Amino acid sequence: MELEKRILRLIENDAQLNPKTIATMLGEDEQKVVAIIKRLEREKYILGYNTIINWERLGDDGVTAMIDVKVTPEREVGFNNVAERICRFPEVSCVYLMSGTYDLSVIVSGDNMKDISWFVSHKLSTLDHVQSTTTHFILKRYKQENFVFEEPEQDKRLVVSP
Amino acid sequence: MNSKVNMNQYVSKVVRDIPPSGIRKFFDLVTQTEGVISLGVGEPDFVTPWHIREACFYSLEKGYTMYTSNLGLPELREEIAAYESRKIGVNYSPEDEILVTVGVSEAVDLALRALVEPGDEVLVPEPSYVSYSPGTTLVHGKPVSLMTYDADEYRLRPDILEAALTPRSKVLILPYPTNPTGGIMKHDDLKALVDIIIKHDLIVLSDEIYSELTYEGEHVSIASFPGMRDRTIVFNGFSKSFAMTGWRIGYACGHPEIINAMNKIHQYTIMCAPIMAQKAAIEALRHGEGEMKKMVENYNYRRKLMLAGFKEIGLSCFEPRGAFYCFPSITSSGMNSEDFCEQLLKEEQVAVVPGNAFGNCGEGYIRCCYAASVGNIEEAIDKMGQFLCRHRKG
Ligand SMILES: Cc1ncc(COP(=O)(O)O)c(C=O)c1O
Repeated sequence: MELEKRILRLIENDAQLNPKTIATMLGEDEQKVVAIIKRLEREKYILGYNTIINWERLGDDGVTAMIDVKVTPEREVGFNNVAERICRFPEVSCVYLMSGTYDLSVIVSGDNMKDISWFVSHKLSTLDHVQSTTTHFILKRYKQENFVFEEPEQDKRLVVSP
Repeated sequence: MNSKVNMNQYVSKVVRDIPPSGIRKFFDLVTQTEGVISLGVGEPDFVTPWHIREACFYSLEKGYTMYTSNLGLPELREEIAAYESRKIGVNYSPEDEILVTVGVSEAVDLALRALVEPGDEVLVPEPSYVSYSPGTTLVHGKPVSLMTYDADEYRLRPDILEAALTPRSKVLILPYPTNPTGGIMKHDDLKALVDIIIKHDLIVLSDEIYSELTYEGEHVSIASFPGMRDRTIVFNGFSKSFAMTGWRIGYACGHPEIINAMNKIHQYTIMCAPIMAQKAAIEALRHGEGEMKKMVENYNYRRKLMLAGFKEIGLSCFEPRGAFYCFPSITSSGMNSEDFCEQLLKEEQVAVVPGNAFGNCGEGYIRCCYAASVGNIEEAIDKMGQFLCRHRKG
């Protein structure tokens, strides 16, 4: 598992690293690295690859909200049934079970605020076992998945030094 | 004063006679070129870990803005003692055997000033870091080059040391792992030098600033051999291992009488290392080793990447086992080091450092630093490959 973890740590923040580079950096055979990544994908240790995009810079004014959801847990399955139902909505990008004053944290995106309020009032709060919701709109993104949105880090070193 | 007056005549002869730095010359050239991919740096590409920076802010908020004792903050000296003890297995007393300095640079200068009489010889393995020889010249000592070779993986051979000894030999510099080659000295390589050092009563300045960046096996310090502790001054710092070059903080450990002599100079010239950097250094030693190990792992990946890249484009390069440099031979290009670097910069906008900037025996080689992003390393090597195709002889 050690090698698998080392491969995963390398591609965690750079999904585009190619297998040849990874193999060289780890002193391993390229075919072996390809096979491991394929297997990790097949066995769903790697769930997929995303791209972090600064949509706002492209003038796109989509809206994202984080919604706190209080849920009445069900016998035997606890929060799982409700959480899984919420996951099925394509506009939902994240669902987490939380400790503290509410139970589920749901992240939803839409074209505008109306989309989101419609989703909350018609879809989310009407689900069985959902007691209440609190919606927080995201106003500005500073950092996401390790990437800083404004002023990306630059190399500040002198170009040549002893 | 009339501008025609030659002001250079007022500069002391010893300073006038120091040749201009080869790196400086090249630096000017690089800064005039646009869009350069640089493998020419001599420092980490990581920014100092956040918790260390944050500890410094906190100390400023608490009002730590004053001088410290000349030797450095007692807590820092205690942390250094504990760190060196677990790292090289040598115990130094925080009371009088450790001096905190403005980088290893200051520590090396202090030691040379404290030890060298005019005419004393300081033995400097080459190629090596640029400041040992000028530092010796400035105190009217005589730097003596000890050649090291690609074929020996740049280890210092006992026969070469022995052949260079004279009655004036006094100080031996051991800068391993080495900038610019990445060469290291293993236990047995050092052992082969110990008898000669003791027999000829040499003092060793062991510059271990890259010791954490050792990729195969553990770093061994010459100070850990029987009979060597008191005749060795161990230098280390935070610049490379904790990515803290700009903080200017390092230290020297050694016999109390030598540390005391160095401190005499330090107290009149510097007083103390900046307290902000000392506070940050305490944080680094207390909580920074985890992050440091991650950085080292990361350098190691890129070391392998660069080595494999050179192999692919046909540049022969011994496998460096320390620091963050590769030192490939460029003789197949038919050019000397400086021409190679200048042409490469002009034609491909890739900056590397000519090997002869680190001593004459670095001629025919270039220093390439792999503290650069994976993308930049790969692109630079591609470009060097194309460059070589155009210029290779025959
Ligand atoms: C071998 C060696 N010693 C010392 C130094 C200077 O270190 P410091 O930043 O601690 O002054 C360097 C910096 O490049 C180095 O390469």
